[in-house]
Amino acid sequence: MSFKFTRLQIAVHIGSLIPLVWLIVSYFTGRLTFNPIQAATQRTGQYAIILLMLALACTPATTVLGYSRVLTLRRPLGLYAFGYALIHFTIFVALDYGFSWALILQTIVEKRFVIVGLTAFAMLLPLALTSSRWWMIRLGRAWKTLHRLVYLAALLAVLHYGWAAKGDFFSLRGDVWKPLVYGTVVILLLLLRLPAVRKWVVNTRERGLARH
Amino acid sequence: MSGQEYKSIPIRSWEITPEHVYRSRRQFLRLMGVVGAGTLLAACGVQTGQPKQAASPTGVSPDPSATVVPELHTVGTPTATAVATPTPVASATPAGSAAGFEELRTELTSYEAITSYNNYYEFTTNKERVARLAEGFKTSPWEVEVGGLVHRPKTFGLEDILGKFTQEERIYRMRCVEGWSMVIPWGGVPLSRLLEQVEPMSTAKFVRFETVYAPEQMPGLKSRSYSWPYQEGLRMDEAMHELTILATGLYGEELLPQNGAPVRLVVPWKYGFKSIKSIVKIELVDYQPETLWSTAAPNEYGFYSNVNPNVPHPRWSQSTERRIGETDRIPTLMFNGYAEEVAHLYEGMDLTRDY
Repeated sequence: MSFKFTRLQIAVHIGSLIPLVWLIVSYFTGRLTFNPIQAATQRTGQYAIILLMLALACTPATTVLGYSRVLTLRRPLGLYAFGYALIHFTIFVALDYGFSWALILQTIVEKRFVIVGLTAFAMLLPLALTSSRWWMIRLGRAWKTLHRLVYLAALLAVLHYGWAAKGDFFSLRGDVWKPLVYGTVVILLLLLRLPAVRKWVVNTRERGLARH
Repeated sequence: MSGQEYKSIPIRSWEITPEHVYRSRRQFLRLMGVVGAGTLLAACGVQTGQPKQAASPTGVSPDPSATVVPELHTVGTPTATAVATPTPVASATPAGSAAGFEELRTELTSYEAITSYNNYYEFTTNKERVARLAEGFKTSPWEVEVGGLVHRPKTFGLEDILGKFTQEERIYRMRCVEGWSMVIPWGGVPLSRLLEQVEPMSTAKFVRFETVYAPEQMPGLKSRSYSWPYQEGLRMDEAMHELTILATGLYGEELLPQNGAPVRLVVPWKYGFKSIKSIVKIELVDYQPETLWSTAAPNEYGFYSNVNPNVPHPRWSQSTERRIGETDRIPTLMFNGYAEEVAHLYEGMDLTRDY
C-alpha cells in the first residue's frame, strides 16, 4: 500500500484537522466562551456539516465541472465529517449530559432536533464503518446503495441544525440564515446528481463555453 | 440524583456588602477549604441560626464542594455586620436539607462571566460581543417614566431611584431560558417601593415595562426580526412581590450597560428574558401587556414564563440547567427555587397552559 498523497489530499487532511486543533487551543486558552460545552457542541456540529457538504460536492464537481481530481477526496472528507459528528455526539452524551441516560432519553423524546440529529448520526455510522476498500469490494453493488444514505443524512443534519437554532423559519427571524444557506447548498448538491439536471447544467455550460 | 426532592432554598437578600468584602471572603473560604470545611460549616450554621443544615450529616462532609455553602451564609460574620443595613426579606424561611443546598451550588458566578456573557439583542445576538458593543452606552442622564393607571404619575431620574430608596443587595439565581444559569449579587430596590410612590389605582391589573429605544447606540435594533422596543409585563401582584427588584448595581458596583444599566428589572423566579433591561417606561394598565418574546414566538414563550421544569421547550432542557462556570447539569427547580415565596401567586392556575 502506498501512501502517496496528492497536494489536494494533504490540503484536505490539514484543513480538516485545523478546526479540531483550534477547538483544543481555544479550550485551553479560555477562548471557548463562558459556556464552553455549548460552544464546543455548536462548533463541532458546524464543522461536521461543512465537511459533509464538501464531501457531497466532489461528485458534482466531477460530473458537472469535469474536475475529477477531487473524487479521491470524498472518503477523507466524509470520514472527517463523521469524526466531528462523533465528537459532537460524544460531547452531548459525556460532557453535556454526563452519561445520565434518563436525562438523555428524556431529551431525545422531548426534542425533535435531537431525534433528527441522532438519526443523521446513526446513518453516518455504517457509512464510516464500511468506508474501506475491503468493505467496498465485499459489499459490491450494495455498497453504493448503502452509501446513498449520506444524502438523507446530510439533509437531516441541516434540519437538526435549523431546529436547534434560535429563530423562526417562516418569519426568517433569528439565527436562521446559516441553516438556510447550508440547506440550500445541500439541496443543490443533491439536485446536481439527478441525470436530467446534470445534463441540463452540462449542456448549458458547454454552450456558454462554445460561445466564447 | 433522580427521585430526590429539591425544596425551595432561597438565596436570601443580604446586607450591602462591598465587593472587596466578597472577594476577601472568597479568598478566606478558599483557605478554609484547605483547613477543613466541616468546622466552618458548623460555625456558620450557628451564626445564621440554621441548625438544620449544620446538623445534617452532609453538612460536615469534607467534600470541597461543600465550601460553597458558607459563602452565602457568612453574612453574619463580623466584617459583614459592620456594614449591615436592614434587610427586608420576603418570608424567606430557610428550608431544605444540606444535600439540597449542594444541588443549588450557591457560589456566586464570577463578575467576569456575568459581565461578558450576555443576552442583549438590542446590541447583538452574540452573547460574547454584547459587552464590547455596549461600551460607552449613555446611561446618564436617565429617566424612568412611571404612569398609566396611577394617582401620581411621576418621572424618576436615576438619582431619585438611587437616592430615595434604601439600596439592598440581593443574591439571586438567574435562570436563562436557554438552559444556563448564574448566581448574581444584584444591588437595587424592590419595585414595590417605587410603585407605592405613584399610588396605583385599583383598576391597575398589570405593569408594562419598556426598554430604551436608541438605534444610534444599539446596533442590534437594525434587525427587523423583532418588534422593538423590548417590552415586558408582570401581573400586579408579581410586580409588588418582595423578590421583584429594580436593579442598579452588580457586585457592589454600578450596573454595566451589558447587564441593563442603568436600571433593569430582576424577577428571579422567571426566565431571564422577563427581567427587562435599561428601562425607560413603566406603565400600569388594566390589560395583559404584550411582551417581545411572547409576541415573537407565542408557542415557545408565554406571558408568565415562570421557571418550570415541567414545561419543556423545543430546544433547551428546562428540567436541568448548567451553572456558568461549572460542567455538570443540575436540576432546575420549580419557580427557580423560589416556590415558597411565589407559588401562592399562581394557586389554581394551570401553569402548563399559562406557561
